[in-house]
Amino acid sequence: MKSKWTATPYFIWMAIFIIVPLGMVVYYAFSDDGKFSLQAFLDITIYAPVFFKSLWLALIATVISLVISYPLAYMMSRANAVTQKTMVMLIMLPMWMNFLLRIYALVTLLQENGLVEKFFSLFGIEVSIINTSTAVVIGMVYNFIPYMLMPIYTVMTKIDNNLIEAAADLGSNTFNVFKKVVIPLSLPGVVSGITMVFVPAASTFLVAQYLDGSNKLIGDFIEKEFLRDYSTGSALSLVLMVVMFIFIGLTNRFGNDDMEGMVI
Amino acid sequence: MTRRSHKIYTALILLFLYIPIFILIFYSFNDGKTTVFKGFTLKWYVELFKDTVIMESLLNSFIVAITSAISATILGTMAAIGIFSMKKKTGDMVLQVSNLPIINPEIVTGVSLMLMFVFFSGLLGFELGMGTVILAHISFSVPYVVLNVLPKLRQMNRNIYEAALDLGCSPAVAFRKVVIPEIMPGVVSGFLMAFTFSLDDFIITYFTRGSKFQTLPIEIYTMLRRRLSPKINALSTLMFLIVLIALILVNLKDYRQAKRGAK
Repeated sequence: MKSKWTATPYFIWMAIFIIVPLGMVVYYAFSDDGKFSLQAFLDITIYAPVFFKSLWLALIATVISLVISYPLAYMMSRANAVTQKTMVMLIMLPMWMNFLLRIYALVTLLQENGLVEKFFSLFGIEVSIINTSTAVVIGMVYNFIPYMLMPIYTVMTKIDNNLIEAAADLGSNTFNVFKKVVIPLSLPGVVSGITMVFVPAASTFLVAQYLDGSNKLIGDFIEKEFLRDYSTGSALSLVLMVVMFIFIGLTNRFGNDDMEGMVI
Repeated sequence: MTRRSHKIYTALILLFLYIPIFILIFYSFNDGKTTVFKGFTLKWYVELFKDTVIMESLLNSFIVAITSAISATILGTMAAIGIFSMKKKTGDMVLQVSNLPIINPEIVTGVSLMLMFVFFSGLLGFELGMGTVILAHISFSVPYVVLNVLPKLRQMNRNIYEAALDLGCSPAVAFRKVVIPEIMPGVVSGFLMAFTFSLDDFIITYFTRGSKFQTLPIEIYTMLRRRLSPKINALSTLMFLIVLIALILVNLKDYRQAKRGAK
């Protein structure tokens, strides 16, 4: 089949809708009233603490998602076909609801005198989760955990049961079966999962605002800056983008960078 | 680990995912605006359907989703075929650019498109609105179509296409009779992904919609800012039910097959 030309319309499309827009972010970040300037980058240094906080909370959320998802993905991948189908459906179902509604649902649950507080007070424990960083991390995990679970599960379904049995027959205990067989073979899924949770979590917009009114993250400030001034907003976006690319580049060194694996 | 502990673990995670949603559903039937339950009512559902702004936003969402998903599917399928015929190195380079909207933080894609649209709207004299939202949605959907179609092309047996040519098909007919049926599952799943992502998108729409155009997620955002009416709960409940029914219908056939396979 010789039909390279069919990609031409998309080339033009990518130039207009991917390259030019990103070029404009770079342009605005480095200019001030049409002249070259680094002023915007000086202006955004005040956001350094917010930036690191966003990365830190996203990292915690990613680790929690991984720890929770990994055993479940393994159990799912070893279950029978009907159970697997049902589980995939149950996990995808909440994802088809708009994230604003899901976060709103979580706020209702965690709010003052909400169900969670009442539940803990039954045992005489006073908790207050809403308007803390814990609430933001719970929100991130709640929102993005399917993105961790699905790639790991997909990769694990491809692990042959015979390999696991062979390792056990040859004297490996459960720990060693995981260490020598399951974990190495599931690594590409873990790598996709980590990027698919970390990147959106670190750049969330509104999630933090809803769960902790006083606590905005970098995504929220990008929006706020754009309402005021394109240059500082662009500089913030550019820094966020570069940091995310570095993160993706680093994690991909531990697995493959095959994007086709990222399609659920 | 025992079977029982597996079940408990799975149940706990599902509880975590579903309790908030069930609470939303519960309060959609609450006769009262606070979280204190005052009795059963369906009035929020009635008010929801009376709300012309919500209904109009819903219609807009569907128009945007259908238009952008069809365009993205055509553009993406053609692109995938083109990329497939290229040398591996060139094709991989094209994919790197194409995948930018997937790996980039959504908010960066949103603001970058906004900058472009605002710049050109001044130059060419158009306003941000439904048109720019559709263009933005096509942009973030095409890469998903490409990623769904490309593996199908790679799995395809090239000999069948060659055989069709040898047996007298013109390239166009061979393409229609051999290639299209092979890649169809990828095209369909690409379309469905594009459609649902478009319907659900908030962030990119938020930045490219201008000041007047409303989609359903934008309207949800506005309602949440106004500090809620239980209409949102009613809306969530309906959306949850629609998705649930759709998923069950889609999976029913597979279920029967899986069950037969198990026997």
